[in-house]
Amino acid sequence: MAPDILQFIFYAVVVTALAWPLGLHLAAVYEGRPTVLSPVLAPVERGILALAGIRAGQGQHWTRYALSVLAFSLGSVLLLYAILRLQHLLPFNPQGFAALSPDLAFNTAVSFATNTNWQAYGGETALSSLSQMTGLTVQNFVSAGAGMAVCAAVIRGFLAREQKVLGNFWVDLTRSVLYVLLPLAILMTLFLVWQGVPQNLVASVTATTVEGAQQTIAQGPAASQIAIKQLGTNGGGYFNANSAVPYENPTPLSNLVEMVSLLLIPAAFCFMFGRMARDLRQGVAIFAAMGVLFLAALALTYGSEIAGNPAFAPLPVEQSAGNMEGKEVRFGVGNSALWATATTAASNGSVNSMHDSFMPLGALAPMLLMQVGEVVFGGVGSGFYGMLSFVVLTVFLAGLMVGRTPEYLGKKIEAREVKLAVIAFLVMPLGVLGLGALAAVLPVSLASVQDAGPHGLSEILYAYSSATGNNGSAFAGFGAGTPYHNTMLGLAMLLGRFVYIVPMLAMAGALAGKKAAPASSGTFPTHGPLFVTLLVAVILILGGLTFFPALALGPIAEHVSMLAGQTF
Amino acid sequence: MRTKQDISLFDRRVTGPAFTAAFAKLAPRAMARNPVMFVTEVVATLSTLLFLRDLALGADGVAISGQIAAWLWFTVYFANFAEAMAEGRGKARADTLRATQSETPARRLASLAAETHEVVSSRSLKPGDLVLVAVDDLVPADGEIVEGIASVDESAITGESAPVIREAGGDRSAVTGGTRVVSDWIKVRVTAKPGESFLDRMIAMVEGAERQKTPNEIALNILLAGMTIIFLIVVVTLQPFIVHSGAFVPVIFLVALLVTLIPTTIGGLLSAIGIAGMDRLVKANVIAKSGRAVEAAGDVDVLLLDKTGTITFGARMADAFETLPGIAPREMAEAALLASLSDETPEGRSIVDFARRQLARMPDGADRVAEAIPFSANTRISGATLRDGTALRKGAADAILAWCGTTAAPELRALVEAIARSGGTPLLVARDKRVLGVVHLKDIVKPGIRERFAELRRMGVRTVMVTGDNPLTAAAIAAEAGVDDFLAEATPERKLELIRREQAEGKLVAMCGDGSNDAPALAQADVGVAMNTGTPAAKEAGNLIDLDSDPTKLIEIVLVGKQLLISRGALTTFSIANDVAKYFAILPALFVTAYPALDALDVMRLGSPGSAILSAVIFNALVIIALIPLALRGVAYRPASAASLLRRNLLVYGVGGLIVPFLGIKAIDIIVNAAGIV
Repeated sequence: MAPDILQFIFYAVVVTALAWPLGLHLAAVYEGRPTVLSPVLAPVERGILALAGIRAGQGQHWTRYALSVLAFSLGSVLLLYAILRLQHLLPFNPQGFAALSPDLAFNTAVSFATNTNWQAYGGETALSSLSQMTGLTVQNFVSAGAGMAVCAAVIRGFLAREQKVLGNFWVDLTRSVLYVLLPLAILMTLFLVWQGVPQNLVASVTATTVEGAQQTIAQGPAASQIAIKQLGTNGGGYFNANSAVPYENPTPLSNLVEMVSLLLIPAAFCFMFGRMARDLRQGVAIFAAMGVLFLAALALTYGSEIAGNPAFAPLPVEQSAGNMEGKEVRFGVGNSALWATATTAASNGSVNSMHDSFMPLGALAPMLLMQVGEVVFGGVGSGFYGMLSFVVLTVFLAGLMVGRTPEYLGKKIEAREVKLAVIAFLVMPLGVLGLGALAAVLPVSLASVQDAGPHGLSEILYAYSSATGNNGSAFAGFGAGTPYHNTMLGLAMLLGRFVYIVPMLAMAGALAGKKAAPASSGTFPTHGPLFVTLLVAVILILGGLTFFPALALGPIAEHVSMLAGQTF
Repeated sequence: MRTKQDISLFDRRVTGPAFTAAFAKLAPRAMARNPVMFVTEVVATLSTLLFLRDLALGADGVAISGQIAAWLWFTVYFANFAEAMAEGRGKARADTLRATQSETPARRLASLAAETHEVVSSRSLKPGDLVLVAVDDLVPADGEIVEGIASVDESAITGESAPVIREAGGDRSAVTGGTRVVSDWIKVRVTAKPGESFLDRMIAMVEGAERQKTPNEIALNILLAGMTIIFLIVVVTLQPFIVHSGAFVPVIFLVALLVTLIPTTIGGLLSAIGIAGMDRLVKANVIAKSGRAVEAAGDVDVLLLDKTGTITFGARMADAFETLPGIAPREMAEAALLASLSDETPEGRSIVDFARRQLARMPDGADRVAEAIPFSANTRISGATLRDGTALRKGAADAILAWCGTTAAPELRALVEAIARSGGTPLLVARDKRVLGVVHLKDIVKPGIRERFAELRRMGVRTVMVTGDNPLTAAAIAAEAGVDDFLAEATPERKLELIRREQAEGKLVAMCGDGSNDAPALAQADVGVAMNTGTPAAKEAGNLIDLDSDPTKLIEIVLVGKQLLISRGALTTFSIANDVAKYFAILPALFVTAYPALDALDVMRLGSPGSAILSAVIFNALVIIALIPLALRGVAYRPASAASLLRRNLLVYGVGGLIVPFLGIKAIDIIVNAAGIV
């Protein structure tokens, strides 16, 4: 147990130490200042923008910015849908895969364009090389870039004073990919190749096993895709078993680096915010709140997993290593719990163990992290602007208690901001509870549920939490690849992406136009332990109040029944 | 004279009508203004129908569904009662005001020069009419004096019994309908339409008739509506999840869960808090033209305070006697006293007072005066010639030096300059053409005002003193009073410019004023408090009017504004924190058939599923009643920094809100089970 905890501490230190400088770099990128990479990349950037006919200085009003995001995402969905539906007619389809069904193509197109990377298709057995390369891999970069761009615009709105524009989406998107995602992905790819991850165009190799059997092992350009799936909170692995497979995650070092890269960019946004606000404490406070929630979730998951299953206690089952069902022996409980927490905290969804096999409470923490709206680090960009909606709510509730109209960073939080935050808060209840409730009773849905009793409900809740939270990880027991779930989960993903983006951009637009009052001893301090505690409490109480009844019938019922010796 | 007395919290004059008014408010049209209580009313209706159906079918659990339905109605009724109470207090206050507003005869003049008048009813007066108001007449309408001077008893409005002087021209020319002229006569030009007078507006405001939701109240209402929608989703989707778990719960239990989850506590008390805030202002004799101004008062960052009357007493008073070398302090005090006896100005009187205090038990000395030389503005000197022929003079430095026929010695000049530099006024005292010393006249800062400013600073409010004095004098007084900044040689333009500059930095500015030339600044300020004695232009420009015409009231107004916002925030926090305990009461009761093991969540060990649900509903209704006094009085508020206020309020209303319902629900459950009503 002690080595695990030491490793958790080490992990936290590494993430913080790397996210800080990266945050400062992000601030430079989105403030349009020169960065270390500018000498090389500035001409490329100018070239791309010139080609697209965009002038860098041209700011967009929030409505234009939002329309650009929506247009870009719609274009992405349509293009991807077309590729998937037409892949049998297109080149680079050596295996001769057929076209995807309409519902599966819709689900997959939405999934990748919303940075969810929910995979209802069977990876290497359904998609042609062209679909993978020009479809999915491109989206891995640009959907992440779009989230980062929106976050940059939202932050600008929060910080701007009496301005009408939030920046230019096309410029932000280009800079996100060029200055952040590509360089980091290249570094990480090289690292993974060094660690032994394949990066070649060999379809597969055949090996003779110790028993003399012939085994076909798939290969291909894996390292590059793993790099971006981790960095861009995408999560869609090259291989079906994701980062549990040695080819995706060969060594302890690769495991550590992949886990760090899960949270790296989302965490860096906190420091970027502090830097852009010219008050690092503001960013540190939000980082601390995320950190506290992350560690609490990790404690719950790790605690449940390491304790093992009490139902096995009377049986001759060795449980000193904890609950090892569905876990890689190489990683054990510690690394599996840490990964599971990180991948659901960030809206990544890549896995190195099977969450369906976690103990009831061990799976509750990841589920709750998704249900609070993927705001504990969350998706690249999307996590931070989601968190800002909670900050606005916290400031509104607590700000009143100091006897002033609530304000954040000097901006008054008024009816319009509250209204927009409320719209964003409706997303998770609608997606998880609304669509989840349908899935829990409609016969067309229930065929996909593998387990009886509370665990079956957990599978449904997990799937819809994952889709609405744009996470993409799944409880393996849930057979989501049906027309009904493909469609509904697709809708959940759209809801979770755009019904956050549009209100948050609108809020940024409203705040950008406001004056900022200077802080005084009478203003509510939005840094320091008190604010962090409050923010954490608001997230837990609001998230808890919304999802506790459903969770009580899922993982909590499973847990108490297990303790009572009841199985289903 | 009317004595001001507060209306006690549960005054029968208020509670009686409130009981019935709360019924009238059950009309759905009236409820629709408040989304949370509207939803509560809708589900109360639904649960009543469910109860009637159960009754008709003779289904099990009729007793419990009937009780739940009844308590849901109580919840709505209690919320209405809270609002009716707040309005009733306003009405009670308005009734006392209205008593002064009865119809009065008015002497209308055809023109200013008209010799005769006709007697008409005060109700028939229109703006622009001229009326003569003589001794013992009630002023028939709001207006401006165009001719004459009179002392007016304004106690009907202000509660202050001492009459005040009102005269044509200048900044003291406004009169208010319902006040009484107690000496002399005035001719008044009516400025208000019948029914729109000051008193009318005040009555309408305290009755809550003109009440519109304030910006922050609207924002809070949106949040509460949003939470109501979220909890609707939670409750509506719960049945499918329960069905999936192989059970089914009666709809009335889900209805009970919904009502306990949605923020009924704050939803029910929100408008009462707003009305009570206005009521507290009226109690302080301040009329707000809108609730918006009260809320803005809580946000004020900068207070512009006029020096005279607010920070200092206004008149200059003797503060010290500085003697020249070779002169005994006693000699100086005696000379100053005798030379000032015939100076009737406040300064002169203050010298006499100060000297008497210095001389302690000395005989008055007035009998030694042979000839008194009274103060005149022309000579700027007063004095006396004693029986022994000694000539004593006191006056402005240059005037006394001229009388002595000398120029100032270096020591004297040093003294005079030092006093001038410190913001004081030097007066010389001379005996037989020889200067004895200097009287230090000073603008005396009101006692306690320094502490007041320190308090404001802790609250994050900056104080700026505005004065017509030169910068030197202003700086000295500013330092003594402890204001953060000052504006010297202030003109209305400079004042306006200062307000604009502060606002450009995003700050909210409050000021008070009375003159017509203050009107632009009053209009520009976010919170403009006009003095009731001020000109109609000033009163029109301000958004608050202080009936006592007391500039320090600005500080009170800020506190009332803050208290209003804190009350809202505290009760919202309390309301949301309550939900945690309600979950632990109701959810185990709902789920126990699906998963008996979920009994573990019943941490309160409540009697039965039925009593658990009923107890939560009862608690939810009773907590509204329990918090009515808090809503009407406002939460306790002492000026402090935002951080310490937040810590305190979070502890009381956040943590308290988590704990109290656990205890309350458990207690009610014990009673409910003991009474055997489930």
